[in-house]
Formats: sequence, structure tokens, C-alpha cells
Amino acid sequence: MTKSVLEFLLAGSLGLAGLSASAVTPAEFQQNFDAAARASAPEFAGFSAQRGRQFFSSTHGNNWSCASCHTQNPMGPGRHAKTGKDIAPLSPVANPQRFADAAKADKWFSRNCNDVLGRPCTAQEKGDVLAYLMSLGK
Amino acid sequence: MNNTTKRWVFDMTVWTSAVLVTLVLLMHEAAAESRRPPVTNEKWQAECGSCHLAYPPQLLPASSWRRIMSELDRHFGTNASLDAASAAGIGAFLESNAARGKRAAIDSGTLRITDAPWFRREHHEVAAPVWQGASVRTPANCGACHTTAERGDFSERSARIPR
Repeated sequence: MTKSVLEFLLAGSLGLAGLSASAVTPAEFQQNFDAAARASAPEFAGFSAQRGRQFFSSTHGNNWSCASCHTQNPMGPGRHAKTGKDIAPLSPVANPQRFADAAKADKWFSRNCNDVLGRPCTAQEKGDVLAYLMSLGK
Repeated sequence: MNNTTKRWVFDMTVWTSAVLVTLVLLMHEAAAESRRPPVTNEKWQAECGSCHLAYPPQLLPASSWRRIMSELDRHFGTNASLDAASAAGIGAFLESNAARGKRAAIDSGTLRITDAPWFRREHHEVAAPVWQGASVRTPANCGACHTTAERGDFSERSARIPR
């Protein structure tokens, strides 16, 4: 009896730990980028929504910018530039499912930075873009 | 009715039934590929379906899916790599539900569903400008005309060609 209660509690706490490892808020994401940016660049002076907007809407040597699929208005729906598939709004202000799952957001940053820049984004770049997306509608 | 007539009626009934059953079986076989009920898989839907329609497994033969899944880092111009567990799970789902019969007999050199002979044949009445229209853009965008494609239903009665 005691053993099964213990097992139940243990399983419950492990489940919670698994959940908290992946579920995040956009602000917690920003803290991770902040820590990574500080670690890699001593001159790091915070994130800028303005710089994020510029980065988001510009091309970086390849054909696509972030806005090619997510449009110049990330509060609204986007459309995949190649396949035509509808894309839900990117800004967490408009879409609470965005930047709510760490593994998912990391995966898409790595894929999309590769498509747009041909390399991984730096923590500064990711933090600036997230600052921009969080600043929208305010 | 005498015995000869009875015998004749019986024989005709048996033969007619046999012919009808054979015909129905043949038609069923011919339509089997398009009638196979849609299959689904959560990982497949989430991963494949985020950039394009999660194309149903029966649209390509197993050999094509195997190649697609082994070249995800060069997936039609983009790096669509997955973690090993997801790739293995999705690959197994695709291969076990892949095209069979005539549809499987396409040129194994092509990985594009839209290059398959059956695809071209079934879309021959769609004029070139339709494919390039703003709401379609590419033949890969099934949902632009097949309004129930997301549910795996590509039947002609649910297709609406935009004008």
C-alpha cells in the first residue's frame, strides 16, 4: 500500500518535472537568450525590439527573410512562401501557443535561421526578434 | 415447371451471380487505392504537416518514403531534419501504409508526388493558369482545391477549383 502511494507520488513529480522542462513562457525564453548572449559577448547591452523588427523584415544573403512566410505583421496569419501552407500568427501576443514549448521553439529557430541566414542565429538575434514579437500590440 | 427448366433457371442464376461477383471484385480492386480509408499518426501530422499538408502515405511507394526520410537534411531545398526517434516512427508509419499496386509502380527516381503518372493523369483537366493562381501557387498545395484534404479525403465531389 505504502509502496504504491510512493510510486504514485514519484510518478506524479517526475511527470511535473518533465512538463516544466519543456513548458515555458516567452519571458523565460528571453532570460535564456539573455544568459547565452552575456556568456558569448561581454559587450552585450540587452535586446532591442527595434533591431528585432529590422532583422525580421530583412533578407540575410538568401532569398527569404522571416517575413517571407510570417509576413510584415506577425500578429496576423502567415503563409509558407514555397508550399502555400497557412501559418498561425507568430507573435505570442496574438498566439499563446508560440514560445510556450522550449523544444518546439528551438527546433524552429534552428530550421528557419538555416533557411534565412544559412547559419544558426546568435542569442542576440533570437532575443531581439523575440523582443520585437513580444512588443507588438502594446 | 419441368425438371429441365428448373435446372436451366438454377444454372443461369449461379452463372449470373458468379459473373456479377467477379465484376464487383474487379471494380473494387481498381478503386481500392483511392478507397483505402485515411490513416493518421500524431507525429506525422505534427512534423510533416507544419510546412505542408501531411501528405498521405498511400501517395508514394515505400521505397520513395524511405529515401525521403533518409534525406531530410536536403528536403526539397530545406533542411527538415528530425530527431532520430521521430524520424523512425514517422518512417515506419509511412512505409507500412505506402502505395500499393499500380500507384507503387512509379519511377523510383522521383520523390515528388506531383510527378507521379497517376497524379498527372488525374489532374489533366486542370489548366496551367489554375496551378499558378494566387490561392494555389503550387500543385503541392492540395488543400487549395481539395477542401477536405486535411482529413485525407481527396474525392472529386469535395474539390473546388478556384476561378
